[in-house]
Amino acid sequence: MEPKKIGCYICTGCGIGDALDLKALKAIATKEQKIPVVKDHALLCGSEGVAMIQKDLDDGTVNAVIIAACSHREKSAEFRFDIDLMERVDLRDKGIWLLDVKEGDETAEEDRQMMAEDYLRLGSVKMKKMDIPSPFLHSEGSKDVLVVGGGLAGLTAARDIAKAGYNAVLVEKSDTLGGKMNSMLKVTPDNLPPYRDMADNFIGALISEVEADNRIKIFKNATVTKTSGQPGQFDLIIKNASSTKEIRVGSIVVATGFDLYDPAKLPANLGYGSSPDVVTSAEFEKMAKEGKIVRKSDGQPAKRVAFALCAGQRDKEHLDYCSGACCIYSMKQAMYVIDQFGIDASTYLIYQEIRTPGQMEDFYRAAQEKGAVFIKGDVTGVSGQAKGGVAVQVNDHLMRGKESLEVDLLVLATGMVSTVDTTDPNVASPVGTGRDELPGSILNLQYRQGPSLPRLGASGFPDSHFICFPYETRRTGIYVAGPARRPMGIAATMTDASGAALKAIQAVEAVAQGVAVHPRSGDLSFPSYRAEGCTQCKRCTEECPFGAINEDDKGNPLFNPARCRRCSTCMGACPAKVISFANYSVDMISTMIKEIEIPEEDEEKPRILVFACTNDAVPALDMMGRLRSPISPYIRIIPLRCMGSLSLVWIADAMSKGFDGVLLMGCRHGDDYQCHNVRGSALAENRLSKVSETLQRLKLESNRVKMVEVNIMDAETLPGVIGSFVEQISNLNPNPYKGF
Amino acid sequence: MTYDLTFAKDVYQKAEMGHWIKMCMQCGVCAGSCPLRAHWQHSPRQLFQMVRAGKRDEVLKSSDMWMCTSCYNCIVRCPRELPITHIIHGLARYAETQGAADPKQPTRRFAVDVFWKNITATGRVGEAMLTMRLYFQDGIGAGIQRGLEMRDSALGMLKTRRLNPIPFRGKIKGYDGFTKMLAKAAELEQKLENKA
Repeated sequence: MEPKKIGCYICTGCGIGDALDLKALKAIATKEQKIPVVKDHALLCGSEGVAMIQKDLDDGTVNAVIIAACSHREKSAEFRFDIDLMERVDLRDKGIWLLDVKEGDETAEEDRQMMAEDYLRLGSVKMKKMDIPSPFLHSEGSKDVLVVGGGLAGLTAARDIAKAGYNAVLVEKSDTLGGKMNSMLKVTPDNLPPYRDMADNFIGALISEVEADNRIKIFKNATVTKTSGQPGQFDLIIKNASSTKEIRVGSIVVATGFDLYDPAKLPANLGYGSSPDVVTSAEFEKMAKEGKIVRKSDGQPAKRVAFALCAGQRDKEHLDYCSGACCIYSMKQAMYVIDQFGIDASTYLIYQEIRTPGQMEDFYRAAQEKGAVFIKGDVTGVSGQAKGGVAVQVNDHLMRGKESLEVDLLVLATGMVSTVDTTDPNVASPVGTGRDELPGSILNLQYRQGPSLPRLGASGFPDSHFICFPYETRRTGIYVAGPARRPMGIAATMTDASGAALKAIQAVEAVAQGVAVHPRSGDLSFPSYRAEGCTQCKRCTEECPFGAINEDDKGNPLFNPARCRRCSTCMGACPAKVISFANYSVDMISTMIKEIEIPEEDEEKPRILVFACTNDAVPALDMMGRLRSPISPYIRIIPLRCMGSLSLVWIADAMSKGFDGVLLMGCRHGDDYQCHNVRGSALAENRLSKVSETLQRLKLESNRVKMVEVNIMDAETLPGVIGSFVEQISNLNPNPYKGF
Repeated sequence: MTYDLTFAKDVYQKAEMGHWIKMCMQCGVCAGSCPLRAHWQHSPRQLFQMVRAGKRDEVLKSSDMWMCTSCYNCIVRCPRELPITHIIHGLARYAETQGAADPKQPTRRFAVDVFWKNITATGRVGEAMLTMRLYFQDGIGAGIQRGLEMRDSALGMLKTRRLNPIPFRGKIKGYDGFTKMLAKAAELEQKLENKA
């Protein structure tokens, strides 16, 4: 490898040149950090400035670039060079913009200069400690995609994968494709306007399209009994009654759909089982499909039909969540009744809140226009009647009192339960909501952390951040789509399946290039470890949020780089500090900490170190800079890939270096986490609970270290959070280790 | 009481703008927007749900829809764009045609007994006679008392020529056309009433 030739380019635009002593700054780079090429420009991101850097790269003077200008989140298009090593030093957003310096205030100006010089030191040291990452490549990878489940979601995903020019392997457990759609008379509107009318069931056409596509290989009556390997090289065993097939695929879409909540488990007030005229939506759909909308008790036409929405949903004792599609499909079923009986029809939908995801508000209107009556309330009792039909007692919130309905049928809109086997390695008992038996494993993953997908909260659905990263699971290269992921209706399922199909394709392509997928898309680095230092403590294999690490026979970690999302949680977890990345390591951050200048105690300039998560806290700090919310000039910020990479060594380093306090800014964790790596900030907090030992050993107060949850939107409240920590630290004596 | 859609189906078909009641989503913005809300027993939202529930007598005998001053606040704010003011007037008219409206309801008395008679007699409103009829609705004693109460206003209006003390005599130009229009309207209304 060619020796590193570093060039440091300092921008003096945006007020940087006015605020800072450029000569002194350049002296830090050249004299102290010994960087061979140091240049400045008044508008570095302009064409002239960029050309200046490009020229040095072209003539070989420089092959690694430090840009000391604005935040790395700014001007990324301008500063895009075809090199492997680049580091951005932020002198502006998290630098001069965060300080309130009055003209002529020499102390404040001096503090500002010290801060800028420290940041330049940090960038220089970091660059010196970085190696060029080389991608993880393997030659026998597959770009085929496995789709599990042959219902609407699976068929749509397989079709879209084939349309995009990739091969799909479709595995269906039963002997027919189409899944639950096969039982439907008509379907709710899809994703095209006007969203008002029921559509004909199109599943037959979709099945034919998939069956006719030679890019799609279909296995019916089959299950996946084993999945091993990693993205790009998932080795599967697909079994059916007569044969066993071994297949290699690149990525996986799980589209196994939903089961309906067991109506026998519903509360007694809904009356299931008390009269034959109380049926579930699935039973009603079947009756409609057979053309028999009749009372089950005596076969008379069912012209008066009530629908109880939220039959068990949003009920702590049953399904804790909204099932997303029941309002809509109940409206559809009310339309069946109205279309059949016209003016004689009376349909009532008893609801808690009408929820119309996507464009379905228009469908709600259409149902109202047809004359369906909506009653906000709870069904308090149901009694069968001698003359047939049922009397439904309703606590009517709109009429503010008890009302009753006399109807021919009461239809219970039961909710969806995931079919995906989910376990959480951090929670002891697996949960499958409303089931007697847990579902069998769909993929049977040969992972250190178990055969199943980790779940989100207690719902039984696989973990998938619903806003930031839908379809993603905590197993790289495995995407879940449709009601298997979360309850949803037909239109949403189709969008979901297309999304997951594209994600799966993205994954195989990323793996082929040896780069990471979301959230560190394009990252070439991956973890490696020093085997002789490993103590087989297994913390890395247990803590990896993505199950990327297996164990070998000796209990050493066995990295699967293509499963890795490069969050570095393993690096932070390792007590022996043996795990590192080419361009990110415990040693790198330790050296950076040690490079920061700590003023002597009698100068009365404390120093506070902030470790900020690069995903949420850093953008929030950048935003603070834009808002010019001043913070203490004694703060030094080091961005981390993820709080999960936090090594306790760094806290010890900071304390023995003489920092007076350390503030950690991680993402929100818990069931509604915002951590891009799911468990990173939670694990960091867990690790931090052991930091008091370190502090005690150093005879320091435990409140010198604090972790806070920072959201990307927190720019307005963050100054207060930082301010109170600075105040807390200033009430303590200075760190006695200064100057050692 | 049991929900029954017979009344609702009547209203949808026979009351002017009545079919719009189907589309109410019960958000209550109309109730919150009505400046006279404190004087209603039921808000428009409640009234609409009562229609759907089949509470025929409660709706038709109600004083509520006679309280509307046509300020149009509810129409402007209704997220479902229901012409609430017009629906309310339609309901009032429907109650009247059904003979169900409370004859003592003050607005109804003014509208039906005073205003309608006054305007249809000549083709325009005769202010002096209209005021007189309104004041003396409940007998001579009550009329004189009301008159005295409003004395200052009346004198002020006279002084600024806002009130013509001489009753309007004769009929408007084209009175025949006017009565034909009324007859046609009545015919249309009857047609609506007779609709299945």
